[in-house]
Amino acid sequence: MSDLSIPRGLPMWLTAELTYRCPLKCSWCSNPLDYAAYTANELDTDEWKRVLTEARALGAVQLGLSGGEPLLRDDLEVLVAHADKLGFYTNLITSGVGLTEARLDALIAAGLRQVQLSLQASTATLTDRLVDARAHALKLEAARMVKARGLPMVLNVPLFRHNLGEIDALLRWAAELGIEYVELANIQYYNWALMNRAELMPSLEALREAEQVVERWREAGKRGEHGMTLYFVIPDYYEGRPKACMNGWGNIHLTIAPDGIPMPCVEARVLPGLEFPSVRMHSLDWIWNESPLFKRFRGFDWMSPTCRECPDKEKDFGGCRCQAFLLTGDAAATDPACSRSPDHREVAEITRRAGQPIHFHMPLVKRAATAVIAEATEEVQ
Amino acid sequence: MTPSIAPRFILRWEPAQQAHLLLFPEGVVKLNGSAGEILALCDGRRSAPEIIDALQQKFDAPDGVIAEGVYRFFSEAESKGWVLT
Repeated sequence: MSDLSIPRGLPMWLTAELTYRCPLKCSWCSNPLDYAAYTANELDTDEWKRVLTEARALGAVQLGLSGGEPLLRDDLEVLVAHADKLGFYTNLITSGVGLTEARLDALIAAGLRQVQLSLQASTATLTDRLVDARAHALKLEAARMVKARGLPMVLNVPLFRHNLGEIDALLRWAAELGIEYVELANIQYYNWALMNRAELMPSLEALREAEQVVERWREAGKRGEHGMTLYFVIPDYYEGRPKACMNGWGNIHLTIAPDGIPMPCVEARVLPGLEFPSVRMHSLDWIWNESPLFKRFRGFDWMSPTCRECPDKEKDFGGCRCQAFLLTGDAAATDPACSRSPDHREVAEITRRAGQPIHFHMPLVKRAATAVIAEATEEVQ
Repeated sequence: MTPSIAPRFILRWEPAQQAHLLLFPEGVVKLNGSAGEILALCDGRRSAPEIIDALQQKFDAPDGVIAEGVYRFFSEAESKGWVLT
């Protein structure tokens, strides 16, 4: 949803994943399955400050402080102050859990410009069940605190089968509170979400209904009944068109993982056969401009003939490399979400199955350090 | 009319792009030269005629051309929510 009227080639959008630690256990988390292994290697305060300085020099201007839960970093205020001094527009991407009045005041004093808060449902029963923590009340309180201070706020609602019906109630609440932007983000299927895909993926019918709810709210906005900007994107599995993932590999987006590994997107480490240089060993300038990783899927030369000869290649850049790998085994293949992909049949089959009633519900695998090991053990037996 | 940049927007000169950028939640706009020059003068103290004067001293343009451009820009910038007038 980044503005497209911006030039190519500079990492204008920086996502700093400060930690993968998190009080929630979301079954659609985009963090790696072995997230717990990163805790011991997190960049320290001085390392992050240096990385932010280097990124700013490369032309990064929008900074998302993300996680995990970034509030678990007790140097968050120091990092926000450093980022603001450098001239970043700094956005805290949070679950809201752990935010206090004192902490928020300190972050704003340090130069925080915006808060993006996640919320999954309009009732405590559903939110708390989905995130597997007593989080709903804390999230509402965080939203109230942010709005009381006049900070612009983005409400991020990850959407899947279990909460698509919540949109109307959530928008009513958001409008009343005066939230400016709402991202109704159909989840993407990587890592934890991929593991739980059969349970999480909604039917096309449910998506179309949700789309109509959003359309009614958009019309109400045009009539001046609320001031929210709404973003709603049908997931690419259903569109037949691939997403313009990250606006192209190594083009305008740069993500840095808690252990100091820069990536073209938050999921890129699922791709095999790539070397991921660390900011502990190399300058960010070299990594962005020269490293084989960031050059790997830049431009059009790497593309399969399907993409290279496609008139849409400059619009969608061949789609998502991680999705291509996860669904076809070949990271350079045409994203199978694309109806022109030779592998699109598999995606069509997944969405067809999502439309059918589930007879045997599998419990959602909750994000937990032991979850993956448990899964593996069951398979062995 | 005393134009000022709307609170949730930040104007920044960006050496890496040799341009003014407007930063806001979920967005970046790279401004063209004249839009950047005009916005850089919108400090909430200068009136529109003062902004036009300042630009006329800096740029050599026939009478009225700058004024017309500035007012057209303000009307567009206000509709985008960038500027309060």
